[in-house]
Amino acid sequence: MPAVSKGDGMRGLAVFISDIRNCKSKEAEIKRINKELANIRSKFKGDKALDGYSKKKYVCKLLFIFLLGHDIDFGHMEAVNLLSSNKYTEKQIGYLFISVLVNSNSELIRLINNAIKNDLSSRNPTFMCLALHCIANVGSREMAEAFAGEIPRILVAGDTMDSVKQSAALCLLRLYKASPDLVLMGEWTSRVVHLLNDQHMGVVTAAISLITCLSQKNPDEFKTCVSLAVSRLSRIVSSASTDLQDYTYYFVPAPWLSCKLLRLLQCYPPPEDGAVKGRLVECLETILNKAQEPPKSKKVQHSNAKNAILFEAISLIIHYDSEPNLLVRACNQLGQFLQHRETNLRYLALESMCTLASSEFSHEAVKTHIETVINALKTERDVSVRQRAADLLYAMCDRSNAKQIVAEMLSYLETADYSIREEMVLKVAILAEKYAVDYSWYVDTILNLIRIAGDYVSEEVWYRVIQIVINRDDVQGYAAKTVFEALQAPACHENMVKVGGYILGEFGNLIAGDPRSSPLVQFNLLHSKFHLCSVPTRALLLSAYIKFINLFPETKATIQEVLRSDSQIRNSDVELQQRAVEYLKLSSIASTDVLATVLEEMPPFPERESSILAKLKKKKGPGVVPVSELEDGKREGGELNGGGDRGPDSAMSASNASTPSPSADLLGLRSAAPVSAAAPSAGSLLVDVFSESGAGGPAAAVNDDGFLRFVCKNNGVLFENQLLQIGIKSEYRQNLGRMYLFYGNKTSVQFASFSTTVSYPGELQSQLNVQTKPVEPLVEGGAQVQQVLNIECITDFSEAPQLNIKFRYGGALQNITLKLPVTINKFFQPTEMAATDFFQRWKQLSQPQQEAQKIFKANHGMDTEVLKAKLLGLGTALLENVDPNPENYVCAGVVQTKSQQVGVLLRLEPNAQAQPGVQMYRLTLRSSKDTVSKRLCDLLAEQF
Amino acid sequence: MIKFVLMVNRQGQTRLSRYYQPVELGKRAALEADVVRGCLYRKKEECSFVEYKDFKLVYRHYASLYIVVGITESENELSVYELVHNFVEVLDKYFSRVVSPIMFNMDKVHIILDEMIQNGHVVETNHSRILAPLSALDTLAHS
Repeated sequence: MPAVSKGDGMRGLAVFISDIRNCKSKEAEIKRINKELANIRSKFKGDKALDGYSKKKYVCKLLFIFLLGHDIDFGHMEAVNLLSSNKYTEKQIGYLFISVLVNSNSELIRLINNAIKNDLSSRNPTFMCLALHCIANVGSREMAEAFAGEIPRILVAGDTMDSVKQSAALCLLRLYKASPDLVLMGEWTSRVVHLLNDQHMGVVTAAISLITCLSQKNPDEFKTCVSLAVSRLSRIVSSASTDLQDYTYYFVPAPWLSCKLLRLLQCYPPPEDGAVKGRLVECLETILNKAQEPPKSKKVQHSNAKNAILFEAISLIIHYDSEPNLLVRACNQLGQFLQHRETNLRYLALESMCTLASSEFSHEAVKTHIETVINALKTERDVSVRQRAADLLYAMCDRSNAKQIVAEMLSYLETADYSIREEMVLKVAILAEKYAVDYSWYVDTILNLIRIAGDYVSEEVWYRVIQIVINRDDVQGYAAKTVFEALQAPACHENMVKVGGYILGEFGNLIAGDPRSSPLVQFNLLHSKFHLCSVPTRALLLSAYIKFINLFPETKATIQEVLRSDSQIRNSDVELQQRAVEYLKLSSIASTDVLATVLEEMPPFPERESSILAKLKKKKGPGVVPVSELEDGKREGGELNGGGDRGPDSAMSASNASTPSPSADLLGLRSAAPVSAAAPSAGSLLVDVFSESGAGGPAAAVNDDGFLRFVCKNNGVLFENQLLQIGIKSEYRQNLGRMYLFYGNKTSVQFASFSTTVSYPGELQSQLNVQTKPVEPLVEGGAQVQQVLNIECITDFSEAPQLNIKFRYGGALQNITLKLPVTINKFFQPTEMAATDFFQRWKQLSQPQQEAQKIFKANHGMDTEVLKAKLLGLGTALLENVDPNPENYVCAGVVQTKSQQVGVLLRLEPNAQAQPGVQMYRLTLRSSKDTVSKRLCDLLAEQF
Repeated sequence: MIKFVLMVNRQGQTRLSRYYQPVELGKRAALEADVVRGCLYRKKEECSFVEYKDFKLVYRHYASLYIVVGITESENELSVYELVHNFVEVLDKYFSRVVSPIMFNMDKVHIILDEMIQNGHVVETNHSRILAPLSALDTLAHS
């Protein structure tokens, strides 16, 4: 046991680390670190030349400080100096600092390259390894240019030490990935493949990574690796656990190497050469057999290592998908794991079985485990395991078990974690459609879906059920009856009202014979929901009403009265008002014949791939869900897979072109999603009129109208509709901010279940921290509630946090999503500076990526005072008498984030006579961080 | 491949981090905090593999030390899980107790890790070969 804890004699370092560890508070720690940084800085700047030992000590301290999460902006030069030391420890610290702290576009690269060159030619293996590690870690283009020719030579030279070969292999891999054009294939290529035969297992382990990557890119050139890999694998697999002593891990011979060999083989199809293939199958069988043997050790490490190989072998078997016997054995093995007490194994078995389910050879074998998987869905305590179980059920579903699986998934949905509900809904919808033998089951399933998880049912799903009902006349009567019943529930989801409104409007006549669902009863039922619904749903209902007038002339008077009421015909919403007026007119002047033609039943939708499938693919990406299997299944049994890829509304407008019909707007809830442009709508005036309608569906796109207005100001009204007004007041200091949100209920009715959540799109989660307390769930009519958000900027960001507001008004769920006006400029501290300073800094920030520039037309007048107010509102200091041209504005500020401060300079150059009558601006931002310049430029270009 | 290796204490402080795919310096702290949050509060019966954004985390904990490895989907979870253990065994072998000396011997822990994983790939798993450069150093220091 060497005397390591003294840190190799670096006493100063040990003392410093102890100090830090003893700090009682974060403040104390920061204070101690700042003291140390000042000390190191003065040492580095001092007149006295430092010896290697001290340099190493200070660089080591800097590294340590960096690891504690503090930014280090000096010491790079000293680290580079250490590279030329002859002492291993000094050199090593230098390289470590560089690999951890220097990124690939640093200007120090040339100096570093020199040091590397010396070390590579030193013939000292430890120095060579350090240099190779460094290239592998930094991997910049300049390094590739300097060394891409040299490394392959080192790698295949006969006299290179094993450890150097290992480093060289990984180094070459990095260069090849970063700059493939610079790594030229050549005579070394075949010799690299033969490293698979190297005596030394470490060299093989390293070389496989390189060979795998090269094979993926140039499969033909590296084909020979297959037979070599098979024979290597075979030697390992058949060896006794004592044969490869150095590389045996808990009685398992070379587990990591085996996994990598099996992974390499997955780059290629099954070997063509019969002998090679036979040998490989033998290996795979041996691996499967070993899983059944009693363990050689009770240690979990033993079984884990063994199973790592087993899972990799199963992946290869699935990849080949050609050996029925092996596939079924693999499936049985995984089946055993499904009930294993180790959660890790259950998780991996579920995941792996999911891919097995898509093979025709093993699909049936997978299905035998259905009860176990359903049980896992119900009882697993870990949500990620449950998620895997749901994926597997989805993958193993076919006509024979669809009803059972869909029923289980539906019942799971009632308690499912919020994070996976939307995906589950899509899956249920797809399975129900794909395997529906009778359509009544399909309709029941989708309506259940809406009832259980209405909030998660996207437009695609309810569009789809309507498309299918329209296209299948055998289900229309049943659908009408079922929605009618579903609508009788006292609280029913708005999506249910939409489907109900649409279907009764089309097919209500099919159930009108029953006095319990007479036309008037149907109408009253629908209309009882009307006031609780959002505008788009109301618009849909109005269209259903006009369809009713056609279907059931006896309802005409009642409906006309409704249309004529002030709340419709004078509705403040333009769309609703227009519909009320037009329908009223239409129903009064048109003859029954005209009415019947205009309001004819919808024609069938063109048969297309389900848009739900597209959505699921987009959500998960291929691979996670075996979509291909799904599509195969479609071919074999897809009598139901009709319908349009577009939302019904666009399909409608298409049909409209041939038979002009105002019912086009029955689906006037035109959302942004479906491809509506496909419709040649020019033929029909009505389509044009209605195409403007309702942008705000219940899960409306994020509303960002208010957002840009708040870039240069902190207070005001962020959002307003008929129900709700949201005002904000905010203040910022350094990297912290506080925002007060005022929610005002504009109606006289209470909002129930009022809740707000802040979400972070993209990477924002790690960049911004917003904390808040929940608001009171009840907002009385006319009342205002306040919510405080505490905001911390961790690092610079480009996205805006989103505020989602949900509440019930009457019975209808309202769902509003807004962009919160938290922008990077809110964290500005103004900086006053003189002209000389300004231009000096301006010049320092002259690299292309530090600058962002936009030239744009003025949207507002060029009033000097207004401009100044905006620039001040931005948070920067407006610098007078700096720019030689008095027309121009220049500003300076520092963006304060928790992790760093970013200095920003801004220049705005108005050009009042760019062209006659056109005023233009040129806006230039320079900062030490490219993302900050770019974001500020984008934000500001919208302001003037 | 392996994206990063983190060693974190129970308080969530990073004791060692090694990235094999470039992550901006400024974003590391936030990423680490987030990753650690994802693992630290998991219960014992939950599985050791966590889906995180578009990759997976494999974690293992020893007394008050957590080791978290970020991997892409081309990596075998169990083999990484055992790789962590192998790493800890090497540390154990070299420093008699793992937990406290890490901070005092950051450079050596880095040397060990660099011998085992390079550029996101496993290169060496044999204990004595991993420790070879350090042993050479120690002999030098003593002579």
